[in-house]
Amino acid sequence: MATKPTHAVLQAYSYVFLIYLLLPLIVMCGAAFNDSRFPTVLPWNGFTWRWFAELYNDATIWQATANTGMVALAVVALSVPIGTAGAILVNSLKGRSRTLLYATMIAPILTPGAVIGISTLLFWYKFNAPAGLQISVLAQTSFIAAYVMLMVLARLQSFDGALEEAALDLGASHAQMLRRILLPHLYPAIAAGAVLAFFQSVENFNATQFTRGASTTLTVYVGSKVRTGITPSICALAAIMIGITIVGAIIYEIIRRTNLAKAQALQAAQ
Amino acid sequence: MSELFRRYGSGITYTAIGLTAFWLLVLVILPYAGLFEQSFRPYLPVTEINGPNDHYFLNNYLVLFSNAQDMTFGIGGAEVTIPLPIHLWVFFITIVYSCLATLLVLLICYPIAYCLAKVMPQSLLPTYLLLLVIPLWVSELMRSFSWYIILSLKGPLTIVLQSLGIITDPIHWTWGMNGYSGIMIGLVYTYILFMLFPMYNAMTSLDSNQIEAAEDLGAGIFRKHWRVIMPHCKPGIASGCVTVFMLSASSLLVPSLLASPKSRWFTEVIQQWMFETHDWNAGAAYAFILLFTCTAFVTIMMRVFKVGFADIAK
Repeated sequence: MATKPTHAVLQAYSYVFLIYLLLPLIVMCGAAFNDSRFPTVLPWNGFTWRWFAELYNDATIWQATANTGMVALAVVALSVPIGTAGAILVNSLKGRSRTLLYATMIAPILTPGAVIGISTLLFWYKFNAPAGLQISVLAQTSFIAAYVMLMVLARLQSFDGALEEAALDLGASHAQMLRRILLPHLYPAIAAGAVLAFFQSVENFNATQFTRGASTTLTVYVGSKVRTGITPSICALAAIMIGITIVGAIIYEIIRRTNLAKAQALQAAQ
Repeated sequence: MSELFRRYGSGITYTAIGLTAFWLLVLVILPYAGLFEQSFRPYLPVTEINGPNDHYFLNNYLVLFSNAQDMTFGIGGAEVTIPLPIHLWVFFITIVYSCLATLLVLLICYPIAYCLAKVMPQSLLPTYLLLLVIPLWVSELMRSFSWYIILSLKGPLTIVLQSLGIITDPIHWTWGMNGYSGIMIGLVYTYILFMLFPMYNAMTSLDSNQIEAAEDLGAGIFRKHWRVIMPHCKPGIASGCVTVFMLSASSLLVPSLLASPKSRWFTEVIQQWMFETHDWNAGAAYAFILLFTCTAFVTIMMRVFKVGFADIAK
């Protein structure tokens, strides 16, 4: 390996990078507790909870949160079956047709959100379906289904097709085979896909912005607050979201380490 | 296809085909085709649609080259004023700065991806990656918003720089043409992890013995990276570049939070067509230009790095 000094420099650089990534988030959380009219940490005017109270009393935020939740659940309900079906289909094809189908499925991921939003808006407008959150659901599903498809497809690659054959040979119907053999194997990927789809939908701005009509979601509401004036209550919202993220990350890590310890204990026992 | 019927029976197969067809036709292909078709139509009152005035024309695209405004550039101390089509200029700026952001992100990330994959002690890695995931999970909105606070006039960055004696007057990070520096800072911070993770994943699959062999055979640091490590992580680099460029060029949040009306982004022009001028057909044309640009970038990346489409989209 290379000489030690270069390694030390690289590691130091990596830690600086970590600080660079985390410091802005810490500043944002700090601004949520600063008793100042503007969202900032310096100058520090003293500790306050009032921005959380203001956030709590903002009726639009609650409406936007409810909208966000409904849109996200609808996107999950649509994109999970679509993505799973797409993965099973693409997995059973070979050669050129597989490449073509796969490329078409991936294309929406590489498409700018504004293009997805505008094309969906114009398409449904022709059928007299005006802009609104239901159009946002369709716009978001068009690319979020691709994420689900990728996750399920990765899981399908570790599936032994002989199990399906065996089930069919032993007299299982196609539906039984799907329910008892294939889907149980895919459940972890489907669950992970559903979680990913939910959060992708919650944080989506571009596609939603062009399709939402007069309704608003949490991300769009905060994004559009720039023009009307930002108060530190947005920082309070950010602090809550970061708090949820950290709790989620810790839970995920605990589960991961427990599973790892279990696997190691199992190996040691054998 | 017959394999599919044999394995899953007709009911399940038709359901899967139906769902996929709904997705790809109704949600993707037909809307994109509709966008393309509508971008060649004039914007008319409802009563005149399908009437004699409703014919195909190129005006929605040509408008990109009209509306010349005098732009002043300082070149070598002298100020030059050139009339430039304002939308074309914004489009050009958007592409150039998106490329620059992609390059910056690539240069910043490469040593970190290498360090995480090959240098960092394995015991520290899970914690480091966990801490990296936090900014990734916090949404794009919140990542750009944090810099809105930091860069604000008389904000934390100005105060820190002033107290260190580096600057005396507050810097208008996001005002006027300076807005582009605000956008660059925002783009790099907001999208950097979309480069780091694919590159890190590609690098972990490289056998460390190959690096050692290169060193034993006398390769210097530069050669080792250029001939052994970089070629191996080409798919990761290509994937990261495509994602970061696409997200940057189509970003709405970063320019709206971190720039001024003088430093506009192409997506903001699209938004103006849609919501202010209410000319949806011109908006469609501009959206198509953006789509075309991103597709061109993907194609160029695939050629330059000699990787397949499947490597890029993972």
